[in-house]
Amino acid sequence: MPDVFPPDTVRCDACPVLCYIKRGHAGACDRYANLEGQLVRVDPHILLDRAKSQGTPLVPFLEREGDWDGKIMKGQETFVTAIGAGTTYPDYKPAPFIVSSEVEGVDMVTVVTEGIFSYCGVKLKIDTDRHLGPERNLVRAQGEPVGHVTTAEYGSQMLSLGGVHHLTGGSKSEGRVTCETLLDRCNGKEVELTIDEGASVRVAAGKPPVVNGQREERMRVGCGSATIGMFAKQWFGKVDDVVVVDDHITGVLSEHQAGKLLGVRETGIAIQGRRSTPGRYFQVAEPGTGWGGTNISDPLTILKPFKTKFAWPHLRLLMVSTTGEQFAYYELDEALRPVEKELPEALKESVGRIRENCEPALTTVLFMGGAGGSLRAGVTENPVKLTDSVKRRLTRVTCGGAPAYIWPGGGITFMVDVTRMPENAFGYVPTPALVAPIEFTLKKHDYAVLGGHVDYVRPLADVLKEKERQRQLVSHAQNPWPLKPRAGSSGS
Amino acid sequence: MREPALIRMLPDGRRVHLHDGPIDLIIEANGAPRAVSVAYEAAARRFVSILDELCGELPFLRRPAEKNSKRPRGAVAQRMFAAVEPYCMDSFITPMAAVAGSVAEAILESMTVAATLERAYVNDGGDIAIHLADSYRYKIGMVERPDTPSLFGSLEISAADPVRGIATSGWRGRSFSLGIADAVTVLADCASAADAAATVIGNAVNLPDHPGISRIPAREISPDSDLGDLLVTRGVEPLSQFEIDAALENGLCVATRLREKGLIHSAALCLQKCVRISHASAKAPAGFCRDGFLKCVVCTLDDLTGPAAPNIHAQIELTGRTNPHA
Repeated sequence: MPDVFPPDTVRCDACPVLCYIKRGHAGACDRYANLEGQLVRVDPHILLDRAKSQGTPLVPFLEREGDWDGKIMKGQETFVTAIGAGTTYPDYKPAPFIVSSEVEGVDMVTVVTEGIFSYCGVKLKIDTDRHLGPERNLVRAQGEPVGHVTTAEYGSQMLSLGGVHHLTGGSKSEGRVTCETLLDRCNGKEVELTIDEGASVRVAAGKPPVVNGQREERMRVGCGSATIGMFAKQWFGKVDDVVVVDDHITGVLSEHQAGKLLGVRETGIAIQGRRSTPGRYFQVAEPGTGWGGTNISDPLTILKPFKTKFAWPHLRLLMVSTTGEQFAYYELDEALRPVEKELPEALKESVGRIRENCEPALTTVLFMGGAGGSLRAGVTENPVKLTDSVKRRLTRVTCGGAPAYIWPGGGITFMVDVTRMPENAFGYVPTPALVAPIEFTLKKHDYAVLGGHVDYVRPLADVLKEKERQRQLVSHAQNPWPLKPRAGSSGS
Repeated sequence: MREPALIRMLPDGRRVHLHDGPIDLIIEANGAPRAVSVAYEAAARRFVSILDELCGELPFLRRPAEKNSKRPRGAVAQRMFAAVEPYCMDSFITPMAAVAGSVAEAILESMTVAATLERAYVNDGGDIAIHLADSYRYKIGMVERPDTPSLFGSLEISAADPVRGIATSGWRGRSFSLGIADAVTVLADCASAADAAATVIGNAVNLPDHPGISRIPAREISPDSDLGDLLVTRGVEPLSQFEIDAALENGLCVATRLREKGLIHSAALCLQKCVRISHASAKAPAGFCRDGFLKCVVCTLDDLTGPAAPNIHAQIELTGRTNPHA
């Protein structure tokens, strides 16, 4: 037996094995761990603490005891999330926690449960102009199909991952990998995805995407045509023509309405691709990961020879991508051929401004799931009444304290931004299906009316007594406080 | 602060969950209702003292076993020692290599002594002791990895088969491995023997000095590990088919030898989605099915109808999560 251990090693006394546990590790049981030199029980049930001021750090529950003022009122500022709450089985049993608290003089009830979602997936918005793959093509993780490419949106490409067909409709391995991918997406881990006939992307919620090994920094400020429109005035007089290279619409200053209005002289420039309206071109090249989401690395390849009737020697031409990340400056020689030159000082500012106006490129992840009859039965004896109450906005739905958007129409199908939920809020079951926290908050009176399990309602202070398995977190600064009663008793 | 042992019926009303310190058992018995409740009570009575018995001589059990050395005192510890003894001349092994199987076996024995049962099992985190009377049988489901959700295969054991113990070892598991197998699943006469053999074969599935394998001294992760400064596997990069074959071959040699010595009945070795079975003969007592690849036995079930198999529920519960709906 070693006698000397590194500092921060703790000895667990939860059982006679008396494990020595190093910092950051768990004991033999995987139930107790050494967190920052403290013995803690892991996989706790998470409570959200309403932050008094923004940016308050994470507060472990036990450390808070010192400044506990002994009044129940303090407890009113705590919201019990469903993370780690578990669920009940069979379905007709009341949800694991039905918590009452008084908020601003109104008795509120929160029904707290973890839901098991076979019908679920994530929608990924990847901010990039690069071509990730043709619409409808499969998205794969570890070689298994886990989703597909859906529409391109402004400055970004949407992917849809998961869904019941991948989870339970394909091979076992497909279901398993899909479940794993969704879980990692939702818990903010980085995942590598490949798109059939397309790119390979590494994405993590709230972080810049990495496309074919290249990290995306910025979203484009607009399409090529829009960029001309925005910056035409700043270019006027400093350069004779500008081409903003874009996979969607490439813009040309001298032909564009913005240039015309300023009186920019015709330059005889000729662009490959299909002309849409003056100064706007579609399909100047193939989609790709080069300039402005095209496949080109040398922008001159999209130019045809200048028309000798209009062009002149020493004509100054700026070519720039929609994000300002790529740019090149040319002057025409005597034979009217562009020759690359150093970007003049006067133009540096405008290129910099394009870049500056491009917002940071991110990957954002919305979890989408549908609360089925079983889950709703844990809330009320008559499940459809919960749907009704949610639709009438009497009941607020949150996921780990984060606000959920409820789709109109039947059922409780919701979407939530995973970055607004506490870390590692999601789990899985082998079905395979995802386990997501879900909380229903409503007035106590309304809860009784919809046939809720009122006999199982426990005061918040009671729940807070079970400290051992609880962790208290500060609520996400952007999230509205889940317990705040809504004005009136019907929709607002 | 010492947590008391937990004894509870699972929500299905059929199985019992026993938990104390690092031990988690799921047990189920079939037979006359009276016999089943007697068996459960016997299991619970036996269980409450088992961790203290083991911990009483833990330092000794964490030392390498030696032939003709003194024996441990406790009944479970003696099973552990007996299970690893056949290997102690050839390799480093401590009685801890057979702790899970031995605990499962001891609890099962307490049940079968107390009552006449049709069949019963004690599942100690994938190391399973089984009892089968007359014409009864068990279907065992196999899961690729304990941390991922789907079933990859199944095998069936009937009363006529000599197999009464199943165990799985791999570097991804809760205990350490010196080898790189994702899982080695062994069928043997009893759970303690299967447990020790799975450890030994799992250690043998290896590529010594391969740069793509990260290893660190066991003590650096767990200061009081019985493996001390031995290097345990922490990561394996994707290997070439040639390397996978070579590593599996190393393990297969050992498995075949153990089979010839009568220490095991069969073994399935899995490494990066490739599987080898220690014997290919059709008269094998209990065959592993070959559909997909199998990695870790975690469940025992009556009707293997799909991934929502009952015992996996228990696993989820153990991690403090939830009961899945079917």
